[in-house]
Amino acid sequence: MNQLSDRKYFIIGIFILIGLIYIARLFYIQVIDDTYKLDARNQAFRYKTEYPIRGYIYDRKGKLLVYNEAAYDLMVLPKDVKDLDTADFCELLGITKEQFLKKMKKAVQAPNSPRRESIFEKQLSPREYASLQERLYRFKGFWVQSRTLRKYPKKIAAHMLGYIGEADKNITEKDPYYKDGDYLGISGIEKTYEKVLRGKKGMRIMMVDVHNREKGSYMNGIYDTMAVSGKPLTTTIDADLQEYGEKLMQNKIGSLVAIDPQTGEILAIITSPTYDPNLLVGRARNKNFSMLLKDTIGNPLFNRSTMASYPPGSTFKLVMALIGLHEGVLTADTRYPCARGYPPLGGRPKCHPHASPMDLHGAIGTSCNSYFSYVFKSVIDDKKYHDTYKAYQNWRDIAMSFCLGTKTGSDLANELRGNVPSIKYYDKVFGKGSWKASTVISLGIGQAEMGITPLQNANLVSIIANKGYYYTPHIVKAIGGNENDTLLDRFKVKHYTKITDTAVYNDVIRGMAKAVEGGTAAGLKIEGIPYCAKTGTAQNPHGKDHSVFVCFAPIDKPKIAIGILIENAGFGSTWAGPIARLMMEKYLKGEITRPDLEKRMLEGDLIHKGKTTEEKTTH
Amino acid sequence: MRQSTNNSIFYNVDWITILIYVLLVIMGWMNIYAAVYNEEHYIITDISQKYGKQMIWIATAFLIALIILIIDESFYTAFAYFIFGFFLVLNLAVPFLGREVKGSRSWFRFGDFGIQPAEFMKFAANLALAKFLSNQHIKISDYRNTIISLIIIGVPMVVIKVLQDETGLAIVFVAFIITLYREGLSINYLLLGFLAVILFVMALLVNNMYLFAIIGALCVIAVLFVKRNAKNLFIIAVVGLVACSMVKGTSTVYEHMEPHQKVRIDVLLGRGTVDLKKEGYNVNQAKIAIGSGGFAGKGYLQGTQTKYDFVPEQDTDFIFCTVGEEWGFLGSSVVIILQLVLIIRLVFMAERQRSPFSRIYGYGVASVFFFHLTINIGMTIGLAPVIGIPLPFFSYGGSSLWSFTILLFIFLKLDSHRLQILR
Repeated sequence: MNQLSDRKYFIIGIFILIGLIYIARLFYIQVIDDTYKLDARNQAFRYKTEYPIRGYIYDRKGKLLVYNEAAYDLMVLPKDVKDLDTADFCELLGITKEQFLKKMKKAVQAPNSPRRESIFEKQLSPREYASLQERLYRFKGFWVQSRTLRKYPKKIAAHMLGYIGEADKNITEKDPYYKDGDYLGISGIEKTYEKVLRGKKGMRIMMVDVHNREKGSYMNGIYDTMAVSGKPLTTTIDADLQEYGEKLMQNKIGSLVAIDPQTGEILAIITSPTYDPNLLVGRARNKNFSMLLKDTIGNPLFNRSTMASYPPGSTFKLVMALIGLHEGVLTADTRYPCARGYPPLGGRPKCHPHASPMDLHGAIGTSCNSYFSYVFKSVIDDKKYHDTYKAYQNWRDIAMSFCLGTKTGSDLANELRGNVPSIKYYDKVFGKGSWKASTVISLGIGQAEMGITPLQNANLVSIIANKGYYYTPHIVKAIGGNENDTLLDRFKVKHYTKITDTAVYNDVIRGMAKAVEGGTAAGLKIEGIPYCAKTGTAQNPHGKDHSVFVCFAPIDKPKIAIGILIENAGFGSTWAGPIARLMMEKYLKGEITRPDLEKRMLEGDLIHKGKTTEEKTTH
Repeated sequence: MRQSTNNSIFYNVDWITILIYVLLVIMGWMNIYAAVYNEEHYIITDISQKYGKQMIWIATAFLIALIILIIDESFYTAFAYFIFGFFLVLNLAVPFLGREVKGSRSWFRFGDFGIQPAEFMKFAANLALAKFLSNQHIKISDYRNTIISLIIIGVPMVVIKVLQDETGLAIVFVAFIITLYREGLSINYLLLGFLAVILFVMALLVNNMYLFAIIGALCVIAVLFVKRNAKNLFIIAVVGLVACSMVKGTSTVYEHMEPHQKVRIDVLLGRGTVDLKKEGYNVNQAKIAIGSGGFAGKGYLQGTQTKYDFVPEQDTDFIFCTVGEEWGFLGSSVVIILQLVLIIRLVFMAERQRSPFSRIYGYGVASVFFFHLTINIGMTIGLAPVIGIPLPFFSYGGSSLWSFTILLFIFLKLDSHRLQILR
């Protein structure tokens, strides 16, 4: 018997051994192995993104330009879709079974996958959402994600504002902040100020049970993060002016940019034809987008104000005059002959008939091609440089200091650089050392390979109005109500051109004033506000000349500088001039004293043939 | 015989055991509450919920414990066979009289509450076994007595498995092998059994040809090391042949099994690919729940895997998942250690009995508890096959709690009279 009772040790030993094995095993799966913790989180937690409210956008006077409207995306995670009552589901959504299968297929196939959430039905209205939400719990793998859609109460400034779109693979791979289907700014200031406008996404951790029903937030939400709303933007745009300008520009192809020279704030930036920004929002967006794309004549999606490069034409003569005066090869009294063209090259470039010879003011007033060809030649052949290349480089450097051939650095998205041809370029075209002033003479009148954007054009006028400096043109005045946001610091820096002598500018400004007093813009006077202007035509190899007009007002302490170009509209004073004049009056006076002019501009249709009213104007 | 000066029913009762028992029962109740926690019915005594029902089971269990302590200890020895017979008849009858619940014919139902007579077969069989083996003239080394003992264990097993199809409840009776071993069953039987189990497992995991080669090699080695007389050679040859035929037999039986049975074996042995959505779901979810508890657990009522129904049967067979998830490694270890302390204490108590009947009965209790503990926790952590048996004092259910209580308290009653020799 004694021996048998010893067996208790063996029995107890087995008991303890099993206990130790189990505790060791528990230690392994609970403490060492992390995979179970991950699995648990994956199946019991649903991470819900809280989308912040995108910042509103206002005009300079606080008028609302962009706000948000709630929309709801129906999301699906195909791997979680189980035991779905398809008929019931389709009825709830108001779709057919075929549509359902098509959508499911899309959610499963690349680039989506069964293990990846994607949008099943986009942008349900609040009403559709309300009826859906109550019953959605029955359909495993589906849930609703609230989003915001942009709305534009004023339907203006579509190009400047830009639009938002869904993040695609390229974006999500580059920036992990974005998930498939998130909205972000694609163009305009929606893009340039994306980080300000978007705010910060929040994350809520919800617990779900095995049937995918929500069971409240995890640990009462201590691990949740709140969404931070995007900051509102106050733009420099004057909504009334912008709206008025868009009306004036309707049925014309071109662009108008108005800048406050004293601050560089863009008061209006118009591309015509334009479109209602509300078209590129919501479910109709794709349809509308392709509709707008189809208009190949007007090309309304093309943002001409910053993306179109036009020959500056006559406007550049102002710069030519400044350079000539600055370099000392020209005085206000210098006279050059004109024989309906530039005599030394047998009348090329050509010119229109006018009195000859003329001094500088007369040449600016009549926009004499011959005169500025002479000036260009005298600058490039300036003896003090001994060398065409050095002189040309100097000329080019000065021209570029006026922000020509280089981006202005504005906060508008996608700005074109424009072009002032380089020495390298001409060496390539003509061969090294085989070109001189007369070879490239039409640069002097802003033609040849030169190209500037309407924004650069307006900025150029600002520089002349300011007599030698500019602030980087910009569209945002305040971020979240704060005008001193560091993002805006760069717009408070004065940039000087290479010509800083105000006397030089005064000569040119006098010439521009004369154009209004008794020159090409004489018919466009504004009572009580003397202003400066320069009409012009930009030769267009593809058709009728572009109508160009630059101006600023008032002469002392200028408050608005405008550059406008209307494609294929002929003389500057026919279409471009009157529109610029009306804009200035509207901005400075708030009322229009020339309703006749206004009516003609509003009714003028240069796109749809046959309706154009040709007007005779003094040139 | 009775010491007339001590008439209190609690006289000489082992309070430490009772303390552990009460502790485990309360912990179990708390865990059932957590496992099926429902915010709408947050009161633990709400009897529309399982935790409320469990409270009733606990209260009645305490009452039963009290009654057992009141009944004279000689009742259990005197009526051992009668009790055994009574419950055997009940178990035979239940498939015909009881109501079918979820395809199982093992329940007597009374409204919301149900009783499984198979649970009570355990203490009945234990009593009968103790009664039989404590007979002075019985020597277990006599193979006839071994066979009778195995019949006492085997008949309930067969009845419960075949008539009621309750594998879990039937397999528990294997635990009494421990009692038999303590009472003198040759260790060779256990070793043979152990080797057989290893052979079965190997037969399924290893290519049979290799196994035959290994068995052959072992036989050759044996031949080299023993005295090479006819008897030894004969034994070696027989053992080798039996081993080989067991391997072959196991493979053949496996091949002819039902798919769902094959799958259970596959899951346990980690054979082939286990579909975690189907056959592997329970164990995988159990492991996720326990594993996600980490070192210190998620905190009471903070579990997500059990509360939100990812783990099936989280209040009964998989109750340990709640312990693992909410109390972590620390809590799980405490539960295992506490259960083992109780079991080992029972062994020591059994050894201090003067009466063989009490000793044998005590071992039976310890064996049954140990078996439940091993299989139940083992299956939740992937170390034992998925067999539906409850974790003592933790799993929801009246029959099992009553059954464990009766098992334990009869022994406590016997133990309080440990200086007597009962037959």
